[in-house]
Amino acid sequence: MVNAGDMNGSGNLMDFLDEPFPDVGTYEDFHTIDWLREKSRDTDRHRKITSKSKESIWEFIKSLLDAWSGWVVMLLIGLLAGTLAGVIDLAVDWMTDLKEGVCLPAFWYSHEQCCWTSNETTFEDRDKCPQWKKWSELLVSQSEGASAYILNYFLYIMWALCFAFLAVSLVRVFAPYACGSGIPEIKTILSGFIIRGYLGKWTLLIKTVTLVLVVSSGLSLGKEGPLVHVACCCGNFFSSLFSKYSKNEGKRREVLSAAAAAGVSVAFGAPIGGVLFSLEEVSYYFPLKTLWRSFFAALVAAFTLRSINPFGNSRLVLFYVEYHTPWYMAELFPFILLGVFGGLWGTLFIRCNIAWCRRRKTTRLGKYPVLEVIVITAITAIIAYPNPYTRRSTSELISELFNDCGALESSQLCDYINDPNMTRPVDDIPDRPAGPGVYTAMWQLALALVFKIVITIFTFGMKIPSGLFIPSMAVGAMAGRMVGIGVEQLAYHHHDWIIFRNWCRPGADCVTPGLYAMVGAAACLGGVTRMTVSLVVIMFELTGGLEYIVPLMAAAVTSKWVADAFGKEGIYEAHIHLNGYPFLDVKDEFTHRTLATDVMRPRRGEAPLSVLTQDSMTVEDVETLIKETDYNGFPVVVSKDSERLIGFAQRRELILAIKNARQRQDGVVSNSIVYFTEDPPELPPNSPHPLKLRRILNLSPFTVTDHTPMETVVDIFRKLGLRQCLVTRSGRLLGIITKKDVLRHMAQMANQDPESIMFN
Amino acid sequence: MAARGGGWARLCSLLALAALAGLGAEAKNSQDVRCKCICPPYKDRPGHIYNKNVSQKDCDCLHVVEPMPVAGPDVEAYCLRCECKYEERSSITIQVTIIIYLSILGLLLLYMVYLTLVEPILKRRLFGHSQLIQSDEDIGDHQPFANAHDVLARSRSRANVLNKVEYAQQRWKLQVQEQRKSVFDRHVVLS
Repeated sequence: MVNAGDMNGSGNLMDFLDEPFPDVGTYEDFHTIDWLREKSRDTDRHRKITSKSKESIWEFIKSLLDAWSGWVVMLLIGLLAGTLAGVIDLAVDWMTDLKEGVCLPAFWYSHEQCCWTSNETTFEDRDKCPQWKKWSELLVSQSEGASAYILNYFLYIMWALCFAFLAVSLVRVFAPYACGSGIPEIKTILSGFIIRGYLGKWTLLIKTVTLVLVVSSGLSLGKEGPLVHVACCCGNFFSSLFSKYSKNEGKRREVLSAAAAAGVSVAFGAPIGGVLFSLEEVSYYFPLKTLWRSFFAALVAAFTLRSINPFGNSRLVLFYVEYHTPWYMAELFPFILLGVFGGLWGTLFIRCNIAWCRRRKTTRLGKYPVLEVIVITAITAIIAYPNPYTRRSTSELISELFNDCGALESSQLCDYINDPNMTRPVDDIPDRPAGPGVYTAMWQLALALVFKIVITIFTFGMKIPSGLFIPSMAVGAMAGRMVGIGVEQLAYHHHDWIIFRNWCRPGADCVTPGLYAMVGAAACLGGVTRMTVSLVVIMFELTGGLEYIVPLMAAAVTSKWVADAFGKEGIYEAHIHLNGYPFLDVKDEFTHRTLATDVMRPRRGEAPLSVLTQDSMTVEDVETLIKETDYNGFPVVVSKDSERLIGFAQRRELILAIKNARQRQDGVVSNSIVYFTEDPPELPPNSPHPLKLRRILNLSPFTVTDHTPMETVVDIFRKLGLRQCLVTRSGRLLGIITKKDVLRHMAQMANQDPESIMFN
Repeated sequence: MAARGGGWARLCSLLALAALAGLGAEAKNSQDVRCKCICPPYKDRPGHIYNKNVSQKDCDCLHVVEPMPVAGPDVEAYCLRCECKYEERSSITIQVTIIIYLSILGLLLLYMVYLTLVEPILKRRLFGHSQLIQSDEDIGDHQPFANAHDVLARSRSRANVLNKVEYAQQRWKLQVQEQRKSVFDRHVVLS
């Protein structure tokens, strides 16, 4: 986002509208920040405030405010993220049902809310009431029959297309950065990359509004990833109000890490899971101070969402399940099978999705984004309507699959044959044989599973906000539930087999298919994103079932092992590689035996390094050098003969300093000597006024010798967040290694295409 | 940095925030609480759902299941199988949220229609054909904001308030155009 100067109270509203003057110290778009410089600037600022705070009471108060501003920012982020999540949930609830009908007395109620006060709901049809009218009832006054079905079908498709078209048009016209999940780009931004506008106000607004539209249109996507993006936009917005964060890109990223935690917290109702997700998946540097602040932001966001109360029952998420039936050791075998399925599905999804996205990037398919969205929505709506499990929203499907079948459920999935003389209380129903409804549900679920697996590959990555947590969980839940019902029926009909005899007596409640659905969901989500601890914590915070940690862990670990056997990257890392972002992953290991001299530029046979000399170049020489090359910085040496290194100067700062000097200082002309030392050099009389540029020189650039192993160099880049590193031998400058060179080298060593690294 | 529409929409969302925050202290509408008891089929009685507006401590089978379908000794067995839940909602929150969301969506749609359809026609009529000598890269650019460069160049001379707002808006349009080129045309970011 464009740095609108110091918005901390000074200046009037009109300055806010002016174009910002790029001053020394800001970064260009699509470049990496200098972490060390940001850190030292923050230390300077802190030292200045601390030393001034002893002067007067007012300065002391200012220092206190500065210390507390971090917590104030977290509070504001939590409030806004929670509010936006509540608005999104309520609006999605309403708009999803809008595809099927409308509530006549009060059009803003969804189906469930419309029938809330009605007394006409029956046990079989929980949502029937006269106030809710399907579209066929409104238009042709019929609610049953073939023509009503076809009219409802047609209107469902029309509404879905309308929502999707609106969403993609809004994204295209107002905020093109609002498409996609957002997590790969946020990972890159948090590692130090700058993408201006990605976390801006328009992106926030459009992403919130279009997220509701696309989730309501019935497409196979979720809203969790985009909610992380929304929360980070909130974080960026609030951090621009305080100069402590708006002027320091390094500190701003601490706020963004905490905001990402708040985003996951409201998406799942899992504050601790959110913090762990931010730690494990999204953030690059995560100091302990950020841990506590992230937790605070996540809690505030969860509390705000709870007080808006979108679901009418004081729960944060739709999937809260309340059963506590125990599981048995022998069930670990099907759980591990579900883990294997999750890993395989994750690999399949990543490979197919990346292939499809690459095709979208390089061929003519990418030229028709709006048409693509419309076609995929039409296909999804046409295939999804006939199957009752795909017609409803994916969150409702997952909620139903996670639920255990007591005597109170009336859905097809719970159509077991009940013993009429049974007098057990509600939550201790023993295993029962499946009725015909369950068999119908099984093949419908199988069809839905295949459909979801295929369509999500094409949906994720389109030019609309799209997340993939919910579709992955849906795939896993469907597979898990089918396996669970299979095991349950096996245990009922063959209770005399050895496996079941010990732990499953007839008349006991052994198998809970809902638990299998949860385990399947965790396995699939782990297989795609390769989350470990954060996945388990999110799942048990989602469901409240601390008893089920061991099955969840077993499935998550198995799915990660299986998926890692086929490829090391999760979906987000794969998208980062696809886009060529300069992301140096902390999880990769570099184990090759190359040296710094193999990677540095210039290589043998290339042109020698472009350097600046300490005091023998003119302004014109420097300008020519800048114009002819496009390097981001130039080393400064003593002279061309003795190439002893003095420091490093950034291109952007050279340009700005020379431009400033030409405008402001007298006597600086093209023939003026540029010097980087303390005192001007000896000049003949009548020479023009020399230009001192020591101010912009970095006197402590990182250097390694040419025999440093690349393993160490990669470690230095990763741990310190460097952008470039100079290579010397006995004090003489040999060459330079940039982050792009390191990434290309790693790609080459891993036999990937080194030319795919695009940014610097 | 926000253009006019963005600033106004920002104001709307802040109003929504305030409204929703204030709603927490509102007195509950009596229609917004209920105790819902679900009773499964028992012997020959079909299953039934009972709703009643009672407080949380009275939310159990005996208070809510009003026309008790079974006789005296069976009541306990019947009630043991029923499940009663106390539920609350805030209908005002739902109403306010949906209406605010629809108004923001409507405003954005209107602005979008204005930007894509109405503004090019207006500009063409106001400034005539001579101003439409586009630079090379804008030829064939039928996207919105295609004339942002021209307006920027023109409005740099005057400096009153309205022009500053228009200048900021044109700068925003240029930024969005750049973003659109990176995302949709060159597929550089966000494949």
